[in-house]
Amino acid sequence: MAIKTEEMVLNMGPQHPSTHGVLRLELALEGEIITNVIPHIGYLHRCFEKHCEAMTYPQIVPYTDRMDYLAPMGNEFGYAIAMEKLLGIQVPERVEYIRVIMAELQRISSHLVALGTYGADIGAFTPFLYCFIDREKVLNLFEITCGARLLYNYIWIGGLSHDLHPDFVRKTREFIKEFRPNLKEINDLLSHNRIFIDRTANVGILPIDTAINYGVSGPNLRGSGYKWDIRKDDPYSIYHKFDYDIPVGEGKYGTVGDSWDRYYVRVLEMEESCRIIEQALDQLPEGDVQSAIPKRIKPVVGNVYARVENPRGDLGYFIMSDGSTSPYRVKVRAPSFVTMQVLNELCKGYMVADVVTILGSIDIVLGEIDR
Amino acid sequence: MKKAEEIFQLLKDNFPASNLELKTDQPTEAIIIASPLEIDKICFFLHDAPELLFDDLMNLSGVDEPKAGLLAVYYHLGSTKIKHKITLKVSTDRNKPEVSTLTEVWKSADWHEREAYDLLGIIFLNHPDLRRILMPYDWDAGYPLRKDYENPEFYQGMKVPY
Repeated sequence: MAIKTEEMVLNMGPQHPSTHGVLRLELALEGEIITNVIPHIGYLHRCFEKHCEAMTYPQIVPYTDRMDYLAPMGNEFGYAIAMEKLLGIQVPERVEYIRVIMAELQRISSHLVALGTYGADIGAFTPFLYCFIDREKVLNLFEITCGARLLYNYIWIGGLSHDLHPDFVRKTREFIKEFRPNLKEINDLLSHNRIFIDRTANVGILPIDTAINYGVSGPNLRGSGYKWDIRKDDPYSIYHKFDYDIPVGEGKYGTVGDSWDRYYVRVLEMEESCRIIEQALDQLPEGDVQSAIPKRIKPVVGNVYARVENPRGDLGYFIMSDGSTSPYRVKVRAPSFVTMQVLNELCKGYMVADVVTILGSIDIVLGEIDR
Repeated sequence: MKKAEEIFQLLKDNFPASNLELKTDQPTEAIIIASPLEIDKICFFLHDAPELLFDDLMNLSGVDEPKAGLLAVYYHLGSTKIKHKITLKVSTDRNKPEVSTLTEVWKSADWHEREAYDLLGIIFLNHPDLRRILMPYDWDAGYPLRKDYENPEFYQGMKVPY
């Protein structure tokens, strides 16, 4: 007589350390094998889009900070670009350079959190502390620039809230000089660690076609081996002036598009960000950072869609104006929100313990998913 | 890379019976206006035609237009292979807001459409799993992003306005 088996439903979260916030996953299990994953989101919903309709355009900037709270500079950058496109503002060259420097520093700090927490999820706690030492230095750079360490309100429509601190250029160069050897150390400690590879290689393989159809973007898409980066393929700001590469997953320890590839693309991207920052610091022009800030913002009737490459992927803003001082509608295309949909596809057929590996490798931020 | 006018012409040639319109009076990109129940056929064509290859649904946003009695959906499409972009718009009656789903064309439309349903009450016909997504599943006080929305006094015994 055959043993009677039954599908089991296991609840993971919302209070679970490796869901990176408040995310609830409903796992359907066949023994220890996953047959279905249903994510339940919305625990952090703060009505960002409804809120925007009651505020003036500059007042929205601090709220964008709070979406992807690990990369506020990128969020502000995207919003500023969308608004400048709608208003037809040309910002001074110095502003563009400072924005790029800030966005790339933010990419480094955001990826450091991603790598550190990923290691901690899997059981390697030391790299987490090493990553946070370097992240701390980036936050110090932000602190001398605008006074805030996490939520900056720095990139405004048409300009910046402050010019650079006199020590900023020197300190940033020092940081990059210190950071490069540390990056090698993280590689030795975590990336090429046998235990880490065994946990991540060949787990959660994401083929290119599936990735594109699900709208996966940023490092997750590049991890699948597809060379697609908004900075190169739909250029904005002054990214065309710099020389840098787009790293893609190569399947070094397993199959192309596995969790290790997605992880390692982030490591390589930090080095490319360092290269961009160095070039931007070399070329940094003089100028007034507030000369193009409009006194009163009243765009014409119409709408705009602009996107930027945030650390988590393709961040888009759809802003609709009715000619008044407040937007008629704001919709944010949050990269994590779109990427989360592919989780079911990635987890099917793997073990319960691999859910943590896969979820960590797509690097989500719940503040952005729930908005 | 194709311009909005060329894409519009291609659509007109392939869907002669459809009521399509090109709006170029926008401050930024031109918009193609389509019919809400034909949008899936049009998007299948945009996705599959070898000279268009719109493989990326960049964004999908619902908008409430109470003055016109309409609910609109904006689709921002992009191609990662040809690198051109296009914006589509459909409008539907506010009292019976029905739009064809795009989940068959792009899987990424799934949650975007759930969000538009959740916050604006747009019904996407044939959507596989049209549930609320950001709001609680048992939220019965309407659709928050509609312009005439008002908060309920209580939700599950908790006072809502603070």
